[in-house]
Amino acid sequence: MIQFRLNGEAVSVDAHPMARLLSVLRRDLRLTGTKEGCGEGECGACSVVVDGKVVNSCLIPMSQIDGTEVLTIEGSGHANIQDHFLAEGGTQCGICTPGMIMATRAFLEDAEATGAAIDEDSVRAALAGNLCRCTGYGKIVAAVLAAARTEGDA
Amino acid sequence: MRHVGNRVARPEGPAKVEGRAVYVDDIPRAKDEWVGGTLRSPVAHGKLRCIERGDFDFSRVVVVTAEDIPGDNVQALIVDDQPILCADTVRHVEEPIALVAAPDQGTLCAALDALEPRIDPLEPVFDAERSQDVQSEISIDKGDVDATFEGATRIVEGEYHTDSQEQLYIETQGMIADPPTADGTITVRGSLQCPHYVQKALRRAFAVPPEKARVVQCETGGGFGGKEDYPSVVACHAALLAHASGHRVRMVYDRNEDLLATPKRHPSRVRHRTVVADDGTLLAMDIDVLLDGGAYTTLSPVVLSRGVIHAAGAYRCDNIRIRGRVVGTNHVPYGAFRGFGAPQVCFAIERQMDRIAASLGIHPVVIRQRNMLRLGDRTATSQLLKESVGSEEVLRRILAHTGFDRHEWRKERSGNKRRGVGLSFFYHGAGFTGSGEEMLKGKVTVELDDDGCALVRAGSTEIGQGKNAMFTAIAADALGAEPDAITIVDPDTAAVPDSGPTVASRTCMIVGGCLDKACRTLADRVGGDPNTPFRERASAFVRGGGDAVATETYGSPPGLQWDQNAYRGDAYPVFGWAADVAEVEVDLTTFDVEIVRFVTCVDVGHAIQPQIVEGQIEGGTLQSIGWSHIEVMTAENGRFRQDRLATCIIPTSLDTPPIDVLLVEEPFSNGPFGAKGVGELPMDGGAPAIASAIEDAIGVHVTHVPATPERLLEAWLEAHPDDAFFEAKR
Repeated sequence: MIQFRLNGEAVSVDAHPMARLLSVLRRDLRLTGTKEGCGEGECGACSVVVDGKVVNSCLIPMSQIDGTEVLTIEGSGHANIQDHFLAEGGTQCGICTPGMIMATRAFLEDAEATGAAIDEDSVRAALAGNLCRCTGYGKIVAAVLAAARTEGDA
Repeated sequence: MRHVGNRVARPEGPAKVEGRAVYVDDIPRAKDEWVGGTLRSPVAHGKLRCIERGDFDFSRVVVVTAEDIPGDNVQALIVDDQPILCADTVRHVEEPIALVAAPDQGTLCAALDALEPRIDPLEPVFDAERSQDVQSEISIDKGDVDATFEGATRIVEGEYHTDSQEQLYIETQGMIADPPTADGTITVRGSLQCPHYVQKALRRAFAVPPEKARVVQCETGGGFGGKEDYPSVVACHAALLAHASGHRVRMVYDRNEDLLATPKRHPSRVRHRTVVADDGTLLAMDIDVLLDGGAYTTLSPVVLSRGVIHAAGAYRCDNIRIRGRVVGTNHVPYGAFRGFGAPQVCFAIERQMDRIAASLGIHPVVIRQRNMLRLGDRTATSQLLKESVGSEEVLRRILAHTGFDRHEWRKERSGNKRRGVGLSFFYHGAGFTGSGEEMLKGKVTVELDDDGCALVRAGSTEIGQGKNAMFTAIAADALGAEPDAITIVDPDTAAVPDSGPTVASRTCMIVGGCLDKACRTLADRVGGDPNTPFRERASAFVRGGGDAVATETYGSPPGLQWDQNAYRGDAYPVFGWAADVAEVEVDLTTFDVEIVRFVTCVDVGHAIQPQIVEGQIEGGTLQSIGWSHIEVMTAENGRFRQDRLATCIIPTSLDTPPIDVLLVEEPFSNGPFGAKGVGELPMDGGAPAIASAIEDAIGVHVTHVPATPERLLEAWLEAHPDDAFFEAKR
């Protein structure tokens, strides 16, 4: 049994140690908010946060998840980011959106912890692992910057 | 107009940002659900002798081949040349040969591995220039081209090439099919743009009437044309397996299968010969367009049609000859991708205009100002431009914003990193070509319920482009209601009328126009004091037995005339107009191109939802930017080399410049609130603007996109054969 914390709650799953975290989330735990776009870590649609870092869940074997804290789009604490994605037009077809939001959350929390600058360049760098084919990224970057300005207000 | 022009929330937005939106593969697995897969051809051309069954217990699975199809083995679309499953001759790599359904993925893979198609190879054709198989041919003739060429003193010639491009929706193709019910109804649900196209394909495959083939759209993770025709293939396959196995069958492509097997943008070759007066006036245009259609006709004749009509660009000329043809090869069939033939020809004409400007020593802006189509002019098909012509305004605005008219274009530059600026000017016909809309007769039904809420029933799909919010705004203002009184019914062929496909920049202008009219009909019927909230009035009207349903069928604006044989007349109800200015920096060591800045100015008629319109323009522009220099898609022996996301590259946030969007609104009298199509237009201008900027930066004439570093180096060496630095590296 692999034990970890998922969105704040303790879970244990009977999974093969080499099973992909993505498959366990989607198939075994029925958390389908995390999407699969490529299955090889290129598109970022499957981004989740593990111990504060954004990862491609399609590349993470379950053996690495034992004892970690995993956060997905179904968890709490990203309402502010979600609101700004809606307000700024940062979601179109929506398939990349959960991954974008998880990458944003990890970026903003990391910036808060380290005091790193949050500006257009750093946002673009932070989201470079998440492909979007609809928006041209501009409105996503605007949503992240707006979320950064109001983080803590929510 | 309180909601048109002001932001209305996307109805499906909260579910998308919270991860609750249900895309096809998010549908929970049914207990006895099976998984489906496709046996495909490894070769591009050959005679299928048999399918050998190897060492596997086939009683554990269900195998479907061509002879198991209850109806016609035809992928119903335009021409009946494409089988659902190959029965005889294989015409492209990855062509479907057999289908397998199994209780689980492992069993499915083992079964597919044990099936071996035996194919006697035939000589394939991959070079479109050498193909004798003409899928469609179209000519446009205006004035007397030959006479003008005879007396000509200045003829400018050019040949331009564009490669294929992958739509790269982030959600791959996928369908779930249920086995037929007791009354024989087949149901498929999945990722798609056009539910009634899928229904038509299922009807043919199963020989059933429309009510026995039900198609439900799931939340769809991007389409861009790539989910116009191919979902019909996946749906037929999944439904055949459900029919044969008696189980619900899920077929969701992985990225590799999606990249290898599904249609992409047609590669093109366009030749221009132009007679020009000394002042730059275009006197005659002789244009030859060639598209590679791939192995089956699919949508190619329609792609060619749009390409041919747009081939002379947004310019006025009295003598025009356009010859277009799309030919069959043994490539995977090419299909719909945003722009639909126009981006290819737009690249060619815009590069030709730059070439003409350079040959005359005049500025690229001047050649365009001298020849641009204006109100009252006639297009290549002799269509009189009667209204909503934003041509002058988009150019004026973009020049005011960028100052490009004062930029010294193709000035000799120095240094290892060289900057350049380029312009493109273009238009795009909105809606179906010619009498297409008249024949489609798209319908919208609006129904008021007891609570005074309006249910909007349309076959138009939400694929990210904002249809739901846009329809909500139109319905709210046309009814005089608040958005919370509007429900957009999710597309399901059992619940919505056929509004025509969600393609061709037609959803807002055509279907939105029908919606507007249907809502106004209902508002008139409901009547009452406008100071009383609409819901209250509508509720009383419905409870009082009023006629609560209004259906509107599209009718063309009066006076539109189109001669399909001569290709003459009103090709489109109206055009959108746009201009792009790109600034690039080219590294002369790596020939890497960085887009420094991008400005686009677009005449949209009226922006029903300005934020959504901007999103469409920014996203479409980035697809064009990607195609210009990043997105390589090539085939080798008929097989796409870019078969995974590690090799099939699209722009990331770091490859993307800030994109400034300037909106021009020249209202169209027959569009809802003056709106006209915007979806495809932004795809047309990016590549030529960037090619022009590269030319400005390093002085080589870019005639082939994508302008990869390899192509730029080749062009540079041709222009600088004595370049010592690269000579040493050759």
